[in-house]
Order: sequence, then structure tokens, then C-alpha cells
Amino acid sequence: MADKLDVQEPEKPGAMLFMIAFCLISVVLVLYLGDQTKFSAKGKFFAQPRVWPAVGVIGMAAFSAAYVLQRIRVQRTGEISEAFLWLRGLEYVAWFMIYVWAVPRVGYLPTTVIFAIILAFRVGYRETRTLIAAGATGFAIVLVFKTFLGVKIPGGAIYEYLPTTIRNFFILNF
Amino acid sequence: MDLLLSSLSILARWDVLAALIIGSVGGVIIGAIPGVGAAVAIAILLPATFSLDPIVGLTALLGIYGSSMYGGAIPAVLINTPGTAVNALTTYDGYPMTQAGEGRRAISLAYSASFFGGIFAILCLILLAPVLAAIAPMFGSREIFLAAFLGILLVVLAHRGQTFAAGALACFGIWINTIGLEPIAYSKRYTFDQSWLSGGIDLIVVVLGLFAISQAILLLVEKDSAPKTEPVHGALFQGFRELLGHKRVATISSAYGVVMGMIPGVGEFTAQFMSYTTAMRTSKAPEKFGKGSPEGLISSEAANNAVPPAAMIPLLALGIPGEALTAMMLSVFYVHNVVPGPNLFQNEMDFVVALYIALLILNVLVLVFLLFSTNLLLKVIEVPTRFLGVTILTLAFVGVYSLRNSATDCAIAAGFGLFGFILKRTGLPIVPIILGMVLGGIMEAKLRTSMNRVKEPLDFFVERNGDLRPVAIVLAIVIVLVVATHIRGLMKERKA
Repeated sequence: MADKLDVQEPEKPGAMLFMIAFCLISVVLVLYLGDQTKFSAKGKFFAQPRVWPAVGVIGMAAFSAAYVLQRIRVQRTGEISEAFLWLRGLEYVAWFMIYVWAVPRVGYLPTTVIFAIILAFRVGYRETRTLIAAGATGFAIVLVFKTFLGVKIPGGAIYEYLPTTIRNFFILNF
Repeated sequence: MDLLLSSLSILARWDVLAALIIGSVGGVIIGAIPGVGAAVAIAILLPATFSLDPIVGLTALLGIYGSSMYGGAIPAVLINTPGTAVNALTTYDGYPMTQAGEGRRAISLAYSASFFGGIFAILCLILLAPVLAAIAPMFGSREIFLAAFLGILLVVLAHRGQTFAAGALACFGIWINTIGLEPIAYSKRYTFDQSWLSGGIDLIVVVLGLFAISQAILLLVEKDSAPKTEPVHGALFQGFRELLGHKRVATISSAYGVVMGMIPGVGEFTAQFMSYTTAMRTSKAPEKFGKGSPEGLISSEAANNAVPPAAMIPLLALGIPGEALTAMMLSVFYVHNVVPGPNLFQNEMDFVVALYIALLILNVLVLVFLLFSTNLLLKVIEVPTRFLGVTILTLAFVGVYSLRNSATDCAIAAGFGLFGFILKRTGLPIVPIILGMVLGGIMEAKLRTSMNRVKEPLDFFVERNGDLRPVAIVLAIVIVLVVATHIRGLMKERKA
């Protein structure tokens, strides 16, 4: 039972790699401290614009270095394969940014429904029922947020080609 | 009486009640889905609440915050997978009970313990409100700085075994908060001459990236799974009768939740672990803990549900969020120019009491909903994880883009999404970043204000006329004690 209650978790693959990269970036940021912040001869020390960025970057560098030094001797495997898995995450960042790019052009409703279906297909769903469910989820999201809650998302440029009678309706609601 | 009537009049609006119902029912559903959690839901809904009245937006978010843990107990008990991270301890005793054919008993006990914890905490805080109103004015800039510092210190030290990583990430949060135009001297900080960095990095963009987008990426990248559940047969009222037989455990655990919830940076995990170990140590059958002990289940659920109302205390009284969810709620206050802090307790006590009454109502609403719809919720648990990922990514767009229709915000959020994904994969903590951002900003502003009146270090604790500042002294002593205790613990571990 005691082991179950131990809140300390063993280090997961990739943690050391991440902290080393984090430490290196922090050191670079510390080197930029003088260039990127100001310290005037007048004024109190704690009111200087440089103080809190310094607390941040020096703390980042010091703590991450301490983490690395404390655990560097531990034998570990799977760091590189984990790093490749992080790269797979980049694909979904790209999907997200394509979605962001398309909404003001194609319109929130069409983009969301298409995005949800394509992404569901991409992650392995092939059954028609699941793909319809993905499209329906996208439609429901638009309905709840834009139509009912009225969140500020501009109408798509494509809506300009709609007949005048329904153009405003689409711009306002979808 | 006038205060109560005034508070009730704030709540007696159809939109507030609708927000309460939608928030609490939505919170239970979200909590029941492993892999979503209240943080993701609140992050996505935050921008949508900005167009609502503060009390409407806050009751909706409070609904999610206060009810998600009820829902999280269902998969924890039935399929050994906590719906929210704070239901992890519930699996220790809840799932063995299900394996022994006592799933209904376990679910019923979890509901009744959660309800007891929630109501206990709210009643404690309503009774404490006048005391807090008296203490709150004693918090000036110096005290708020020290309280924020204590909060960040506790957040870092609470990550046992990962203290250095938590420290580095908290400092990262402090640094992010300083990017952009500095508000006093108007000098640029870490903008690298990029105009899109001049305005700084919005907390909500970071929150959405770190919590929502990262979770979506995680679910999309990892193997797809769809948990299978068995329906629960029979009524779920018996747990209340059984809870009466464990009054002591329920009360002590709820009290842990209240105390730990009030301390910034501590929260549900510590409350749960402390109440669980206390319950185990004082139990007549400690050998049953981890194998289906009703006391274990009660201690875990009562403690975690007592935390949300208590966590509102440092937020409302001092403007200091104790964890990520209250940090998100703080932004709702700021958007509506409602500044939490001592003045809120002094001048708008009816608003504070209204929030507590809302929490009280939501606990009743959630319990009624759960008693009659548990089997319906089991269907939600079965949604495949990658499908959830698609939904969260689609929802995350609404959250970020609706802020100011900025593709740059979306790119920043996506960047933080990838960052959060890596942190989640590597098991490194995310919460210190958010608290570093929020508390770092508070510390900078308050220290600067304090320093106008402080000539030498002792002035921090003594007024110029010689009067002591008792709260500042107590906070400083607590900070020293916390650091000393941590160092002592480390030295003991080394010796062992």
C-alpha cells in the first residue's frame, strides 16, 4: 500500500532530453537579458524592468541545470524514439493551423464539419457512422458556439457569393 | 439576513440558473470522460463566458469546476480509470469493490461522500465569511506579495521528486508573463523586435495551448481506446446510510479538503493523500485499504470535493489563485473589471455569498442528476479517445480564435499545445507554468507598490509609525518554515 501512496513518479522517457534542451534555451535567454531588457541608473532595484525577466530566465536556467545534474548519471533508454513521437505531434499542429487559415475563407460551419471528418479519417476511423458522427459533432459545435452563444468568429469570405437573402443569415450564424 | 437576501437576488435570474444547470451537468459529463477533465473544458469555455455577466460566466465555470470530480468517480470506480486526475485515489478502493460485485455500493458511496465533502466545505466557508471579511483588509501589497510568493513556493515543493523541474517551469511562467511592453517604464522585454510580441502573451492563449490543444494532440497521437462499461443496476441511495456509519472519516477528510484548498498551491492531491493516510492510520481495518475499503473511498472523494469551494477563498479574498482552474477563473474576473481581493470581501460580500450559494445549489443539482442518470453517463465514457481528440482540437479553435480573431494567437496556442504535449508525455508538470504566469505578475506589481513604502527590509513587517504588520510576519514565518521543512525532509531522505 505504501508504494501506491508514494507521489514520486519515476522519470519518463524524454524527460532528460527535454530538460537539457530547456536548460540550453534558458542559458541563451540569460545571455540576451542585457540586450532585451532595460536597467536604468535611476529608480529602485525592484522597480527595474529587468528584475522579473531576470528572475524568470535565471530561475529557468538554474533549476533545469539542477535537474540535469541531479539525474544525469541515471541509465535511460527510449529518449530518441520519444523525440520522434514528439515530431508526430507537429502534424496535428499543422492540421490545426490549416483549420485556422481556412475558417475566414471557407466559413466556420463548412470548415469545421470538413475538418472534423477529415481529421477523424486521418486518425484511423473508416466507418461511415463514425465519420458522420464527427461531422455532426462539428456541426453541433458551430451551432452551440456561434449560433447560440454568439462568440466572435467572422463569417467566411465564401459567404459573399451566397444570394443576398441568406448571406447575412450565414455570416451571422455560421 | 439582508446579506442572504441580497445574495439570493443576484442568483434569482433565469440566465444564472441556466448557467448553473448547464455548468454542473456539463461538468459531470466532462468529468466522466477520461482524458478530458475540467481544465480542458474551462479553458475552452473561458472566452465564451467573457460576453456574459460575471455572475453568469462564473457560475457556469464554477459548475464545471465543482461537479467534474463527481463525474470522475464513475470511471474510477467502474473501469479503474480516473475521469479526472484527482480521482486517481478513488480507483484504489472503488475498483476492487466493483471487482467484488459491489459496483453499485461503491458508486453510491462515492456520490454520497462527494456530496458530504462539497456541502461541508461550503457550510464551513459561509460560516467563515465574516472572519475572512475581517482579515482580508489586513492584506496590503506586502502581504499579497508574500502570499503569492508562498503560493508559488508551495506549488514547486508540492511536486515531490520533480521539484527542480517544477521550479524551472514556474520560472518559465514568470518569464512568459514579462514578455512585451513593461507597464511602468514602457520598455520592451524579450520581444526580439517582433511586433506580435509587443502586446505580451495572453494567459488564455497559453492555457488553451497547454491544457486543451496538448490534450487533443496526446489523444490523437496515442493508441485509440474505447473503454467498455457494465451498467449499474438498482437504486443508488444506500450510500448515504452507509456514510452515516463513517461520519468521522467523512468529516476529517472534508476538513482536510477545506484546509488544503485554502492554501494556495496545495489543492486536491495533498488533501486526498493526507486524508487517505489519516483514514488508514485511524481505521480499525487498515488492511482493507487498497482492496475495497469503504473508508478509503469516502476519504478520497470527500476530500477532493471539499477543495473547490475552499480554493475560491484565496482567489476571492486575495486575488491569488491556488491552482490552474482558479487561475483561469481569475481572468473572468479581470475581463469584467471585478477585481478579487480584500475590497471584494469588504464591499461586495453579497457577490461572494452568491457564489457560495451557487456552489451549494450545484452540489444538490449534481447529486440528483447522478442518482438518476449514471447509466446514461456510462455511454459517454465509451467514446473512443481519438474521437475525443478530434472534438477537443475543434473546440480549442473556438476558444483561441474567438478571443480577438487572431491567427497569431492560434499559432502561439498551437506552439504551447506542442510544448504541453511534450510535458504530458514526459510526465513533467504543467500547472507551475500557469501559476508562474499569474503569480509572477501579481508579485511584480505588488513588490513594486510595496517598495515605495519600504526603505529597509524590516519595513516589510513594521509600519513607519512602529505598528507591526502581523499578517506579513506570519506569512514570512510560514515561508521560512516551509523551506526549512522541505530541506529537512531532503536531508532525511538522503540519510535513509
